[in-house]
Amino acid sequence: MPSYYDLAKDLAGAGNEVTLFLVQNGVIPARAGAKAPGLSALAEAGVEVLADEFSLRERAISANRLASGIRAAPLDVVVDQLADGRKAMWH
Amino acid sequence: MAGKKTLTFAIMDPPYESGRSTTAFRLIDIAVKRGYDVNVFAYEGAVCLPFAKQQAHPNAVHGREAEEENHPLPKDWVAALIKSAATNGGKLDWVNCGLCVDERGVAEAIEGVRRGTPADLWKLAEGSDNTLVIGTR
Repeated sequence: MPSYYDLAKDLAGAGNEVTLFLVQNGVIPARAGAKAPGLSALAEAGVEVLADEFSLRERAISANRLASGIRAAPLDVVVDQLADGRKAMWH
Repeated sequence: MAGKKTLTFAIMDPPYESGRSTTAFRLIDIAVKRGYDVNVFAYEGAVCLPFAKQQAHPNAVHGREAEEENHPLPKDWVAALIKSAATNGGKLDWVNCGLCVDERGVAEAIEGVRRGTPADLWKLAEGSDNTLVIGTR
């Protein structure tokens, strides 16, 4: 499991509001059939897990066939959160 | 920080190399269309994005002339973002790291791009509501 999954989970566990925004090839493990249970586990741990709509479309991944706890969202969400002052880390 | 939002993006990828450049352009596009003031600090290969001497080319393999090929040029995307910012009541301040420019011989940038130093990233971040660093791998 990638180290930033742990970071996101720990931050959420410490009471922080955490969003993991998947973009580019990062959306591939968001597919319902992907063997990547870590993302759904993050969602269950309270992390908001979003997948970029454009990146999904580029890869012919249907937004209504994502793994449990993951939902499609526009990239605007990132700009919204930056404008709101949320700390942002690119991984 | 009240009033108009100011965001800073630090980017490092050269043209045509990574989807990160596309994502960075998309983020900047969203921000400037909202009328935000946007700073871009281009470091390392990203200083080549607004290089004025980029040229569209024909594609001999497919037998297409340059016009038919309609080759996308990052300098045109940067120019479009600068124009979009102004149209929407904001400003796009694109700062190219001068050291990186000199190393790569790409001093001829399009209008609206200025030369700076890594210290400018700190200054831009200090004056912003938020900063996103999109690093290379």
